[in-house]
Formats: sequence, C-alpha cells, structure tokens
Amino acid sequence: MKAGILTFPGSNCDKDLGSVLREFYGIEVEYLWHTSAFAVEHDLYFVPGGFSYGDYLRSGAMAAKAPSLKSLREASEKGRVITGICNGFQILTEAHLLPGALIRNHSLKHICEWVDLKGKGEFSFLPEDFALPVSHSEGNYLIDPDGLRSLEENQQIILRYRNNPNGSVADIAGIQSANGRIIGLMPHPERAFFPTMDYSQSLPIPGKTFLDRIIARV
Amino acid sequence: MHYLGTATVKFKQSVLEPQGKAIQLSLHENGYKGIDLVRVGKHIEVTLQAESIEEARSKMEQIAEELLYNPVMEVCEIHVEPR
Repeated sequence: MKAGILTFPGSNCDKDLGSVLREFYGIEVEYLWHTSAFAVEHDLYFVPGGFSYGDYLRSGAMAAKAPSLKSLREASEKGRVITGICNGFQILTEAHLLPGALIRNHSLKHICEWVDLKGKGEFSFLPEDFALPVSHSEGNYLIDPDGLRSLEENQQIILRYRNNPNGSVADIAGIQSANGRIIGLMPHPERAFFPTMDYSQSLPIPGKTFLDRIIARV
Repeated sequence: MHYLGTATVKFKQSVLEPQGKAIQLSLHENGYKGIDLVRVGKHIEVTLQAESIEEARSKMEQIAEELLYNPVMEVCEIHVEPR
C-alpha cells in the first residue's frame, strides 16, 4: 500500500503521520510538496496538521488553492480515501471537499490537550473512555442548519466531543463526505501511537484504534 | 489604469465573533457606556491594473470569490476607485 502525504510551507505533523504509517502499517509514504501537481497513483492520501502558509487570511485558505490540491481533487473523483487532520481538515473545507468551515475557538485560546470523544456511525465501536489529542486555535466547526441536517441524515458525523472544547456546532470533532471517502478530523490520531505520548500503556493504542478503520476503507 | 480595490470581509451576523466580544467587554470595563456591539473584520486592499473601473470591479469580485472570503462564514463588500 502506498500513501501520499501533502505538504505545505508550515505543515508540521507530516513526519509524525509518515512514521506511524510506515511503522504500524508498513505503508510506503511519499511526501507531495504543494507547488506541483502529482499523479494519482497512491492508495490513500493525507492532508496533515500544521500552519500551512502561516494560517494567513484563513486557516487552510491558500493551501486549498495550491497546485497539489488540483490533483487531490482528481483523487477524490477517483474515490481515493483522503483524510485531513487538523489544518488538513481546514484545508479540505476551504477546498469544498468537505462541507462547513473551522473558525476561531470560542475561547480565542489555542487548545492543546487530550479530549474525550464519542464515535458515531462506523466509529460507534470506540470505547467509552476513548480520547485523542487536539491542538488548534481554529477548531470551532461551523455549518448552517440545513448543512447540519444533511450531515446528520447521511451519517457524516463520525466523532463528537464529549466536553466541547471549542464551540463546534453539535460537538462535531470529525466528519466524512457523503460517500465516506473523505474524512476530516480535528483530533490527531497520529499523535496517539506511542506510550510516551501520554496515554496508559495498558490501553489499546488510541490513534491506531481509530486509524485502523480509515485504512480498512482503502 | 491603476485602481485601488478594497474588500471588507465580515463574519455573518449569525456567527459569534469572539474578538469583537472581548473588545466590547474591555470598553465596558474602561467605563464606556452604550456600546451595543463590536465586530472585528478584515480590510484588504488590492492595487490592480485594468482598462476600466468596470473591469477593475469585476476582477476584484473574482478575486474575492476565489480567495478573499469564505461564504460559509463571511460576507464581503467590494469597493473600487481610481488610484
């Protein structure tokens, strides 16, 4: 299996993601720099976290116009599995590959902590005490009432916060496209793979528990 | 001809704008009375070349829709004048 990880000036979770894909799944990883289009020859794609283009204008706004996003759009048309994490989620909404938008946290503060999450739909299997780290200033998911209804009807909400940290509509932490091929998450599964990353070694690996299901969609 | 295009980007009224709220609170704390609402937005200036003011406006509108604002959460007003 081969994964493409899109990178931009300011991406900072690309290496973490690459390591877990290689070490835990044996997936071959190719980094795809924003300045050029790429051939859609990977089994799945990731848009990683970070501060693409310094978060200028709006988080993800300029990255959404990068040449590499034209290829990602082509990949989405071909039904490839695409996952945007944190800034990657912001980029996918700005590119209209996922609905809604992510705006400043209600508190105006950057939040960097583990949050308790509830899986929905295909992710309902997640245990009661499931948690992942978040680290964002713009994680407040916004969508109009019609959009929210459509997300709910199509079972596109996959993760909700148990204690909403940022003001997101309907406690939304993660969504997917109507066809389930494009996933957007504010929490960082790639930061929850090693016991040194502040979780109890006796638990199943939280990031892997989550990411396994996404990789199974390929 | 050179033109100055300005885009005023504001959050939709329905979107809570926490920076404005914080400023409003600070004004209240500083003794200002009767401050009903403070909303923070963006003012973006673009100097551009065009054959006519109509063409300049049309370019600005295109730029705004392409990049300057996100209609999911924002509204945008365009103004164009000769420079």
